Amino acid sequence: MQENNHIKDSLRKTIRTFFNVLPIIVGMLLLTSLLVTVFPEQISAGLFGNGDILDTLLGASIGSIAAGHPLASYLLGGELLGGGVSLIAVTALVVTWVTVGIVQLPAESLLLGTRFAVYRNIISFIAAIGIAFLTVYTLRFFGLN
Amino acid sequence: MPKQQVKSSRGGWLFLVLTLLAYMLLGLANPELTVKALTFFTHVMAQVLPMLGLVFLLIFIANLLLEPKRVKRYLGKESGIKGWVTAVLGGILSVGAVYAWYAMLSELKQKGMRTALIATFLYSRAVKLPLLPLMVHYFGAVYTLVLCLYLIIFSVISGILVEKLSNTKTNKR
Repeated sequence: MQENNHIKDSLRKTIRTFFNVLPIIVGMLLLTSLLVTVFPEQISAGLFGNGDILDTLLGASIGSIAAGHPLASYLLGGELLGGGVSLIAVTALVVTWVTVGIVQLPAESLLLGTRFAVYRNIISFIAAIGIAFLTVYTLRFFGLN
Repeated sequence: MPKQQVKSSRGGWLFLVLTLLAYMLLGLANPELTVKALTFFTHVMAQVLPMLGLVFLLIFIANLLLEPKRVKRYLGKESGIKGWVTAVLGGILSVGAVYAWYAMLSELKQKGMRTALIATFLYSRAVKLPLLPLMVHYFGAVYTLVLCLYLIIFSVISGILVEKLSNTKTNKR
Protein backbone atom coordinates (compact mmCIF):
# COMPACT_ATOMS: atom_id res chain seq x y z
CA MET A 1 0.00 0.00 0.00
CA GLN A 2 2.75 2.40 1.05
CA GLU A 3 4.83 1.28 -1.96
CA ASN A 4 1.89 1.98 -4.31
CA ASN A 5 1.55 5.46 -2.88
CA HIS A 6 5.27 6.06 -3.37
CA ILE A 7 5.05 5.01 -7.05
CA LYS A 8 1.98 7.26 -7.57
CA ASP A 9 3.71 10.13 -5.83
CA SER A 10 6.86 9.72 -7.97
CA LEU A 11 4.75 9.57 -11.14
CA ARG A 12 2.84 12.71 -10.12
CA LYS A 13 6.13 14.55 -9.46
CA THR A 14 7.52 13.45 -12.85
CA ILE A 15 4.36 14.58 -14.70
CA ARG A 16 4.53 17.95 -12.90
CA THR A 17 8.20 18.32 -13.93
CA PHE A 18 7.25 17.38 -17.50
CA PHE A 19 4.64 20.17 -17.73
CA ASN A 20 7.04 22.67 -16.15
CA VAL A 21 9.82 21.81 -18.57
CA LEU A 22 7.75 21.34 -21.74
CA PRO A 23 7.30 25.06 -22.65
CA ILE A 24 10.99 25.70 -21.91
CA ILE A 25 12.18 22.89 -24.19
CA VAL A 26 9.74 23.72 -27.01
CA GLY A 27 10.65 27.44 -26.70
CA MET A 28 14.35 26.55 -26.65
CA LEU A 29 14.07 24.44 -29.81
CA LEU A 30 12.00 27.12 -31.57
CA LEU A 31 14.58 29.79 -30.67
CA THR A 32 17.47 27.57 -31.75
CA SER A 33 15.79 26.81 -35.10
CA LEU A 34 15.16 30.51 -35.63
CA LEU A 35 18.79 31.49 -34.96
CA VAL A 36 20.28 28.64 -36.99
CA THR A 37 18.08 29.64 -39.94
CA VAL A 38 18.61 33.39 -39.70
CA PHE A 39 22.38 33.20 -39.08
CA PRO A 40 23.75 30.32 -41.12
CA GLU A 41 27.18 28.95 -40.19
CA GLN A 42 28.78 30.00 -43.46
CA ILE A 43 28.62 33.66 -42.36
CA SER A 44 31.11 32.97 -39.55
CA ALA A 45 33.84 31.61 -41.84
CA GLY A 46 34.51 35.01 -43.43
CA LEU A 47 35.03 36.80 -40.11
CA PHE A 48 38.43 35.37 -39.11
CA GLY A 49 41.98 36.50 -39.97
CA ASN A 50 42.67 39.18 -37.32
CA GLY A 51 45.49 37.53 -35.34
CA ASP A 52 45.52 34.78 -32.70
CA ILE A 53 43.94 36.68 -29.82
CA LEU A 54 41.08 38.33 -31.72
CA ASP A 55 40.43 35.15 -33.70
CA THR A 56 40.31 33.14 -30.46
CA LEU A 57 37.83 35.58 -28.92
CA LEU A 58 35.77 35.45 -32.11
CA GLY A 59 35.91 31.64 -32.21
CA ALA A 60 34.82 31.45 -28.57
CA SER A 61 31.99 33.94 -29.23
CA ILE A 62 30.69 32.08 -32.28
CA GLY A 63 30.80 28.79 -30.35
CA SER A 64 28.89 30.41 -27.47
CA ILE A 65 26.08 31.63 -29.71
CA ALA A 66 25.93 28.51 -31.90
CA ALA A 67 23.31 26.00 -30.92
CA GLY A 68 23.68 23.15 -33.37
CA HIS A 69 24.92 19.58 -32.91
CA PRO A 70 28.56 19.38 -31.67
CA LEU A 71 29.38 17.51 -34.87
CA ALA A 72 28.73 20.75 -36.78
CA SER A 73 31.49 22.44 -34.74
CA TYR A 74 33.99 19.78 -35.89
CA LEU A 75 32.95 20.27 -39.51
CA LEU A 76 33.14 24.06 -39.23
CA GLY A 77 36.41 23.80 -37.25
CA GLY A 78 37.91 21.53 -39.90
CA GLU A 79 36.88 23.96 -42.65
CA LEU A 80 38.29 26.94 -40.75
CA LEU A 81 41.60 25.12 -40.12
CA GLY A 82 41.78 24.34 -43.82
CA GLY A 83 41.14 28.02 -44.52
CA GLY A 84 44.15 29.07 -42.43
CA VAL A 85 42.44 29.95 -39.12
CA SER A 86 44.66 29.10 -36.11
CA LEU A 87 44.14 25.89 -34.12
CA ILE A 88 43.76 27.98 -30.93
CA ALA A 89 40.76 29.87 -32.38
CA VAL A 90 39.22 26.65 -33.71
CA THR A 91 39.70 24.93 -30.33
CA ALA A 92 38.02 27.86 -28.56
CA LEU A 93 35.08 27.54 -30.98
CA VAL A 94 34.78 23.77 -30.51
CA VAL A 95 34.96 24.03 -26.69
CA THR A 96 32.50 26.93 -26.25
CA TRP A 97 30.13 25.20 -28.69
CA VAL A 98 29.51 22.52 -26.04
CA THR A 99 30.22 24.36 -22.78
CA VAL A 100 28.67 27.83 -23.26
CA GLY A 101 25.03 28.25 -24.26
CA ILE A 102 23.80 31.79 -24.84
CA VAL A 103 20.70 30.44 -26.58
CA GLN A 104 20.11 27.94 -23.74
CA LEU A 105 20.64 30.63 -21.07
CA PRO A 106 16.89 31.34 -20.54
CA ALA A 107 16.18 27.62 -20.05
CA GLU A 108 19.21 27.12 -17.79
CA SER A 109 18.26 30.18 -15.72
CA LEU A 110 14.67 29.05 -15.30
CA LEU A 111 15.59 25.54 -14.18
CA LEU A 112 18.88 26.01 -12.31
CA GLY A 113 18.78 29.67 -11.25
CA THR A 114 19.87 32.86 -13.02
CA ARG A 115 22.99 33.45 -10.91
CA PHE A 116 24.19 29.88 -11.47
CA ALA A 117 23.55 30.05 -15.23
CA VAL A 118 25.25 33.43 -15.72
CA TYR A 119 28.35 32.56 -13.64
CA ARG A 120 28.63 29.10 -15.24
CA ASN A 121 28.54 30.53 -18.75
CA ILE A 122 31.03 33.33 -18.02
CA ILE A 123 33.46 30.90 -16.36
CA SER A 124 33.02 28.38 -19.18
CA PHE A 125 33.77 31.09 -21.77
CA ILE A 126 37.00 32.11 -20.01
CA ALA A 127 37.94 28.46 -19.40
CA ALA A 128 37.46 27.66 -23.09
CA ILE A 129 40.00 30.32 -24.06
CA GLY A 130 42.41 28.97 -21.42
CA ILE A 131 41.89 25.40 -22.65
CA ALA A 132 42.44 26.47 -26.27
CA PHE A 133 45.81 28.08 -25.49
CA LEU A 134 46.87 25.28 -23.10
CA THR A 135 45.99 22.52 -25.56
CA VAL A 136 47.89 24.05 -28.46
CA TYR A 137 50.89 25.09 -26.32
CA THR A 138 51.05 21.61 -24.73
CA LEU A 139 51.15 20.07 -28.21
CA ARG A 140 53.84 22.56 -29.27
CA PHE A 141 55.85 21.93 -26.07
CA PHE A 142 56.03 18.21 -26.85
CA GLY A 143 56.67 18.91 -30.53
CA LEU A 144 53.39 17.31 -31.55
CA ASN A 145 51.86 20.18 -33.50
CA MET B 1 5.14 23.26 -5.28
CA PRO B 2 8.67 24.58 -4.55
CA LYS B 3 9.27 28.29 -5.31
CA GLN B 4 11.87 27.57 -8.02
CA GLN B 5 9.40 25.25 -9.83
CA VAL B 6 6.59 27.85 -9.77
CA LYS B 7 9.06 30.45 -11.10
CA SER B 8 10.30 28.13 -13.87
CA SER B 9 6.73 27.12 -14.80
CA ARG B 10 5.52 30.72 -15.25
CA GLY B 11 8.80 31.85 -16.81
CA GLY B 12 8.74 28.86 -19.17
CA TRP B 13 5.33 29.76 -20.61
CA LEU B 14 6.36 33.41 -20.90
CA PHE B 15 9.55 32.34 -22.71
CA LEU B 16 7.50 30.20 -25.14
CA VAL B 17 5.07 33.07 -25.81
CA LEU B 18 7.95 35.49 -26.47
CA THR B 19 9.57 33.02 -28.87
CA LEU B 20 6.27 32.55 -30.71
CA LEU B 21 5.97 36.35 -30.94
CA ALA B 22 9.44 36.46 -32.52
CA TYR B 23 8.21 33.90 -35.08
CA MET B 24 5.11 35.98 -35.78
CA LEU B 25 7.24 39.08 -36.38
CA LEU B 26 9.60 37.16 -38.64
CA GLY B 27 6.56 35.65 -40.40
CA LEU B 28 5.33 39.15 -41.26
CA ALA B 29 8.76 40.27 -42.44
CA ASN B 30 9.97 37.10 -44.19
CA PRO B 31 7.43 34.23 -44.47
CA GLU B 32 9.85 32.04 -46.44
CA LEU B 33 12.53 32.15 -43.73
CA THR B 34 9.87 31.45 -41.07
CA VAL B 35 8.74 28.30 -42.88
CA LYS B 36 12.41 27.25 -43.15
CA ALA B 37 12.89 27.79 -39.40
CA LEU B 38 9.70 25.82 -38.59
CA THR B 39 10.81 22.96 -40.86
CA PHE B 40 14.14 22.91 -39.04
CA PHE B 41 12.24 22.93 -35.70
CA THR B 42 10.13 19.87 -36.61
CA HIS B 43 13.28 18.05 -37.73
CA VAL B 44 15.11 18.82 -34.45
CA MET B 45 12.01 18.07 -32.35
CA ALA B 46 11.76 14.62 -33.97
CA GLN B 47 15.39 13.98 -32.98
CA VAL B 48 14.95 15.28 -29.43
CA LEU B 49 11.67 13.46 -28.57
CA PRO B 50 13.16 9.98 -27.94
CA MET B 51 15.86 11.58 -25.79
CA LEU B 52 13.23 13.46 -23.77
CA GLY B 53 11.42 10.17 -23.18
CA LEU B 54 14.65 8.71 -21.76
CA VAL B 55 15.27 11.74 -19.56
CA PHE B 56 11.76 11.66 -18.09
CA LEU B 57 12.11 7.94 -17.46
CA LEU B 58 15.33 8.72 -15.57
CA ILE B 59 13.56 11.50 -13.64
CA PHE B 60 10.80 9.03 -12.70
CA ILE B 61 13.40 6.46 -11.55
CA ALA B 62 15.24 9.20 -9.62
CA ASN B 63 11.98 10.25 -7.94
CA LEU B 64 11.23 6.64 -7.13
CA LEU B 65 14.61 5.53 -5.82
CA LEU B 66 16.60 8.60 -4.81
CA GLU B 67 15.69 9.92 -1.41
CA PRO B 68 17.14 13.38 -0.61
CA LYS B 69 19.30 11.67 2.06
CA ARG B 70 20.88 9.39 -0.54
CA VAL B 71 21.41 12.23 -3.07
CA LYS B 72 23.08 14.29 -0.35
CA ARG B 73 25.38 11.35 0.47
CA TYR B 74 26.49 10.76 -3.15
CA LEU B 75 26.20 14.26 -4.66
CA GLY B 76 25.85 16.58 -1.69
CA LYS B 77 28.37 18.66 0.26
CA GLU B 78 29.72 15.60 2.11
CA SER B 79 30.10 13.41 -1.00
CA GLY B 80 33.84 14.23 -1.38
CA ILE B 81 35.85 12.62 -4.18
CA LYS B 82 32.98 10.17 -4.87
CA GLY B 83 30.76 13.12 -5.80
CA TRP B 84 33.33 14.64 -8.17
CA VAL B 85 33.94 11.33 -9.94
CA THR B 86 30.18 10.72 -10.26
CA ALA B 87 29.62 14.22 -11.70
CA VAL B 88 32.50 13.97 -14.22
CA LEU B 89 31.60 10.45 -15.37
CA GLY B 90 27.88 11.28 -15.42
CA GLY B 91 28.57 14.31 -17.63
CA ILE B 92 30.79 12.33 -20.01
CA LEU B 93 28.29 9.48 -20.29
CA SER B 94 25.17 11.67 -20.61
CA VAL B 95 23.88 11.86 -24.16
CA GLY B 96 21.42 14.12 -26.00
CA ALA B 97 20.49 17.78 -25.80
CA VAL B 98 21.69 19.67 -22.72
CA TYR B 99 18.32 21.33 -21.96
CA ALA B 100 16.80 17.91 -21.38
CA TRP B 101 19.36 17.40 -18.59
CA TYR B 102 18.58 20.76 -16.93
CA ALA B 103 15.28 19.23 -15.74
CA MET B 104 17.04 16.22 -14.23
CA LEU B 105 19.70 18.40 -12.53
CA SER B 106 17.00 20.75 -11.23
CA GLU B 107 15.29 17.76 -9.57
CA LEU B 108 18.58 16.53 -8.07
CA LYS B 109 19.37 20.08 -6.86
CA GLN B 110 16.10 20.14 -4.94
CA LYS B 111 17.05 16.80 -3.40
CA GLY B 112 20.41 18.20 -2.24
CA MET B 113 22.88 17.94 -5.14
CA ARG B 114 25.85 20.27 -4.67
CA THR B 115 26.01 23.34 -7.01
CA ALA B 116 29.67 22.61 -7.89
CA LEU B 117 28.79 19.11 -9.04
CA ILE B 118 25.96 20.41 -11.28
CA ALA B 119 28.42 22.79 -12.98
CA THR B 120 31.02 20.00 -13.25
CA PHE B 121 28.44 17.64 -14.78
CA LEU B 122 27.48 20.26 -17.38
CA TYR B 123 31.12 21.05 -18.25
CA SER B 124 32.29 17.45 -18.56
CA ARG B 125 29.53 16.90 -21.13
CA ALA B 126 32.02 18.57 -23.50
CA VAL B 127 33.80 15.21 -23.67
CA LYS B 128 31.53 13.50 -26.19
CA LEU B 129 32.41 9.80 -26.19
CA PRO B 130 30.39 8.85 -29.31
CA LEU B 131 31.95 11.74 -31.24
CA LEU B 132 35.58 11.05 -30.27
CA PRO B 133 36.38 9.04 -33.43
CA LEU B 134 35.19 12.00 -35.51
CA MET B 135 37.24 14.44 -33.47
CA VAL B 136 40.28 12.21 -33.97
CA HIS B 137 39.50 12.17 -37.71
CA TYR B 138 39.37 15.98 -37.93
CA PHE B 139 42.03 17.03 -35.41
CA GLY B 140 44.21 13.98 -34.65
CA ALA B 141 44.44 11.52 -31.74
CA VAL B 142 47.01 13.42 -29.64
CA TYR B 143 45.06 16.69 -29.91
CA THR B 144 41.85 14.89 -28.89
CA LEU B 145 43.56 13.25 -25.90
CA VAL B 146 45.14 16.49 -24.65
CA LEU B 147 41.91 18.46 -25.14
CA CYS B 148 39.83 15.86 -23.29
CA LEU B 149 42.27 15.85 -20.34
CA TYR B 150 42.05 19.64 -20.06
CA LEU B 151 38.25 19.51 -20.37
CA ILE B 152 38.04 17.06 -17.44
CA ILE B 153 40.43 19.16 -15.29
CA PHE B 154 38.55 22.38 -16.09
CA SER B 155 35.18 20.74 -15.40
CA VAL B 156 36.25 20.40 -11.75
CA ILE B 157 37.79 23.90 -11.63
CA SER B 158 34.67 25.47 -13.15
CA GLY B 159 32.50 23.57 -10.65
CA ILE B 160 34.47 24.95 -7.71
CA LEU B 161 34.42 28.51 -9.11
CA VAL B 162 30.70 28.51 -9.96
CA GLU B 163 29.84 27.29 -6.46
CA LYS B 164 32.17 29.81 -4.80
CA LEU B 165 30.78 32.75 -6.81
CA SER B 166 27.14 31.70 -6.38
CA ASN B 167 27.61 31.24 -2.63
CA THR B 168 29.53 34.52 -2.19
CA LYS B 169 26.58 36.43 -3.64
CA THR B 170 24.08 34.47 -1.54
CA ASN B 171 26.08 35.04 1.67
CA LYS B 172 26.31 38.81 1.07
CA ARG B 173 22.50 39.07 1.06
